[in-house]
Amino acid sequence: MAKENFPLIFERSKEGRSSYNLPALDVPEVNLEEEIEDAYIRKVDAALPEVDELELMRHYTGLSNRNFGILSGFYPLGSCTMKYNPVINEDIARLPGFSHIHPYQDPKTVQGALELMYDLQVHLEEITGMHEITLQPAAGSQGEWTSLMMIKAFHEANGDHHRDEVIVPDSAHGTNPASAAVAGFKVVEVKSNEKGLVDVEDLKRVVNENTAALMLTNPNTLGLFETEIVEMAEIVHGVGGKLFYDGANLNAIMGYSRPGDMGFDAVHLNLHKTFTGPHGGGGPGSGPIGVSKELAPFLPKPVVRKNDGEYDFDYDLPQSIGMVKGYYGNFGINVRAYTYIRTMGAEGLKKVSEYAVLNANYMMRSLENEYELPFTQHCKHEFVLSGNKQKKLGVKTLNIAKRLLDLGIHPPTVYFPLIVEEAMMVEPTETESKETLDHFIDAMLQIADEAKNNPEIVQEAPHHTAVKRLDEATASRKPVLRAQKVE
Amino acid sequence: MEFRYLPMTETDKKEMLDKIGVSSSDELFSDIPKEVRLERELNLKKPASEYELKKELTEMAGKNANSTEYRSFLGAGVYDHYIPSVVDHVISRQEFYTAYTPYQPEITQGELQAMFEFQTMISELTAMPIVNSSLYDGGTAVVEAVYLSAAQTKRKKVLVSAALHPEYRQLVKTAANGKKLEIVEIGYKDGVTDIEHLEKELDEDTAAVLVQYPNFFGQIEPLEKINKLIKQQKKTMFIASSNPLSLGYLTPPGEFGADIVVGDTQVFGIPAQFGGPHCGYFATTQKLMRKVPGRFVGQTVDKDGQRGFVLALQTREQHIRREKATSNITSNQALNAVASSAAMSALGRNGVKEMAKLNMQKARYTKLKLEEANLPAVFNGPFFNEFVIKLSRPADVVNEALFEKGFIGGFDLGKVYPELENHMLIATTEIRSKEEIDAFAKEMGDING
Repeated sequence: MAKENFPLIFERSKEGRSSYNLPALDVPEVNLEEEIEDAYIRKVDAALPEVDELELMRHYTGLSNRNFGILSGFYPLGSCTMKYNPVINEDIARLPGFSHIHPYQDPKTVQGALELMYDLQVHLEEITGMHEITLQPAAGSQGEWTSLMMIKAFHEANGDHHRDEVIVPDSAHGTNPASAAVAGFKVVEVKSNEKGLVDVEDLKRVVNENTAALMLTNPNTLGLFETEIVEMAEIVHGVGGKLFYDGANLNAIMGYSRPGDMGFDAVHLNLHKTFTGPHGGGGPGSGPIGVSKELAPFLPKPVVRKNDGEYDFDYDLPQSIGMVKGYYGNFGINVRAYTYIRTMGAEGLKKVSEYAVLNANYMMRSLENEYELPFTQHCKHEFVLSGNKQKKLGVKTLNIAKRLLDLGIHPPTVYFPLIVEEAMMVEPTETESKETLDHFIDAMLQIADEAKNNPEIVQEAPHHTAVKRLDEATASRKPVLRAQKVE
Repeated sequence: MEFRYLPMTETDKKEMLDKIGVSSSDELFSDIPKEVRLERELNLKKPASEYELKKELTEMAGKNANSTEYRSFLGAGVYDHYIPSVVDHVISRQEFYTAYTPYQPEITQGELQAMFEFQTMISELTAMPIVNSSLYDGGTAVVEAVYLSAAQTKRKKVLVSAALHPEYRQLVKTAANGKKLEIVEIGYKDGVTDIEHLEKELDEDTAAVLVQYPNFFGQIEPLEKINKLIKQQKKTMFIASSNPLSLGYLTPPGEFGADIVVGDTQVFGIPAQFGGPHCGYFATTQKLMRKVPGRFVGQTVDKDGQRGFVLALQTREQHIRREKATSNITSNQALNAVASSAAMSALGRNGVKEMAKLNMQKARYTKLKLEEANLPAVFNGPFFNEFVIKLSRPADVVNEALFEKGFIGGFDLGKVYPELENHMLIATTEIRSKEEIDAFAKEMGDING
């Protein structure tokens, strides 16, 4: 027998209840119906729920209890950098001087906000080794697209209108090829070699006079540093192409190496990953980009400038690609990232990368006997296991992931990168203690043992979650995307 | 220096290095080629203690004039509204704000259900059956709508009303360069989209017509006429960018035949925060469902038959489709969608209508008081909570003088519409009291002379 459904807020609704108190109508009332043509006056109310405040709070508290956050437990979701989100960040972002300011106020009345943006840019320039930063892109994918649009504008300014190919490794995040397509480029794939790195010979084969850019994550999505990066940069620059750095994995190398020094021309950052965003259940994020001096004239407008101690927006950028997001980016997330960077400083950020890498290697070495490890060199901040051994016993990676749910752990990223079969991509981050890592290792070893001796318990997992396995196929075949009966 | 987010002890480190089989963590970085290794410390500000940092950043925030201290009549796409206290308490729950995208539905039912409810509420407001779980903001949602219309119709030309938010228009122009679309701007007449101009430009190559409702000047666009015109062209899509609060009172674009309705839910529970993050919504017809960018949450059942929710129709998305995806967008604006849902739930069926009407009433009173101060509105059609006035002095000079008196004045239209030099866009929301409006009108009259 099914458990009782957790009610929709619409199912808690009862006519006559409410939880709002609007300011009074203290001005003389006019008859709106005399002014507004009848066809433009709504006839059927929007059926929003009618609930009192306690019911509303119970509803959302109940929903939150059915959700797993970083404070609920370990969250080693590869490529997502699920580190602790400091609570001071939340306090600072909620200061009225940051949260209740309007983007069209006179810049003279928001000097503190511009100062924060400017100083964040300066810090990010130093961390990435790039010439100039824009905070405008809303998140990583928009940062990628913005970078590619700038690279496109650069080539076109040089009369290179034929450069319409963007090279993407087969191990890349799916966003890379998608962003390239939206920016109007053809996507060319470059293969990985047996070490999990870009095959330099294949790169030589695919570059040509039509190459606009190479998009690269370093360390890559396997958590491995692209050791031949200098040669790769020479190959791409040699044919007149540009290098774009996907900053998803910057958490691995802060203070150790900088994309600007590796030869990258444009870099995007995920402030919600490396710089404690937070993730918000899927957003909002923030995806600043950094560029070389050569690309700087093409930055989206406006940029923040400092003159004689006063800050202002500069819209006078004749070669700019234009605006990519309304106003100045996700300021509220940038405030959090700035707070974090100022808490850590250079010393702290370097330790972040040191410990993120140490944690990942410790876990990798603790699991490599029971799980297949396709690439055996030291990893950076994350590593990828294959569930092939377990699959032979009838236990798929998906089953392992679901079994972890029973053990109170958020599973790693699964089935990505695509070049590893039954992939499990594990990223512990630096904010987790050794005890937590050991707990995860024990859980994974337990599941490996269960796969051998009691596979049903893994295959049938999860057993202890709010709902059991859901029918995802039907949800996509016959989509129900809104509550059907709302009254 | 102590770092309170880093639990690593010397003992931990030693045990871990032993397990890995290296003598120092530096060995783990030895694969970084020497020529690209940073051999110095990053040149950043020194780490700040919690107390010092809070003090410094509070002072920095204090340098910004904010709308809790100043009385604001500034809107132009971002509004100062009542935010019920429940909103911040809901989104401060760590299960919402620290979580990732709900890829493991068994332990993320809360987020998924909240998104499903958001989709339903926006569907109700817009009168569109299909709504995604949010996009970055209103501007980028407009861009996605334009992409969709071009892909669906296989046409390149898009007609954009000049009464669409100027920044949204800029975003469309930037994006058009990637996909090689042709953007044609349709002028405005008496504060609304010029129908004759639209009729002239609309042809069989037109992918979409894009208007804002209420438009950037606050005027209520004649969607009925616009739709009739668009429907004369087979396939051409009707895109409306719409302030969802206004739809508490106004007939929703869905009832006027819109194919795509987009906008920003900042008006529901999201503070201005200097322009972001806000929260875009994307609503459309059943027919276009499989072409929509971003994420959908769908209802389903678990193997015991219990109701549950999952990310649906993921095969459209970039992590599966890569370069063939409907969009490159990965993230949505989930936390802000939850904030807006909490605000919409607090308001409910009656509150959203009442709040929309309050905005209209107070804006009309402001208009009346400004008229009395010799500052009549220049467009006289029906409007929502914003209207345009002509000043006898430059708008920035007026705003500076207003600021001295504790007001944040309206938007200087001359900056983006050269023909509207010395014109100001005035917004009045439900939180402005009669007393504040009276004082504002008096100052405006005095300053304007």
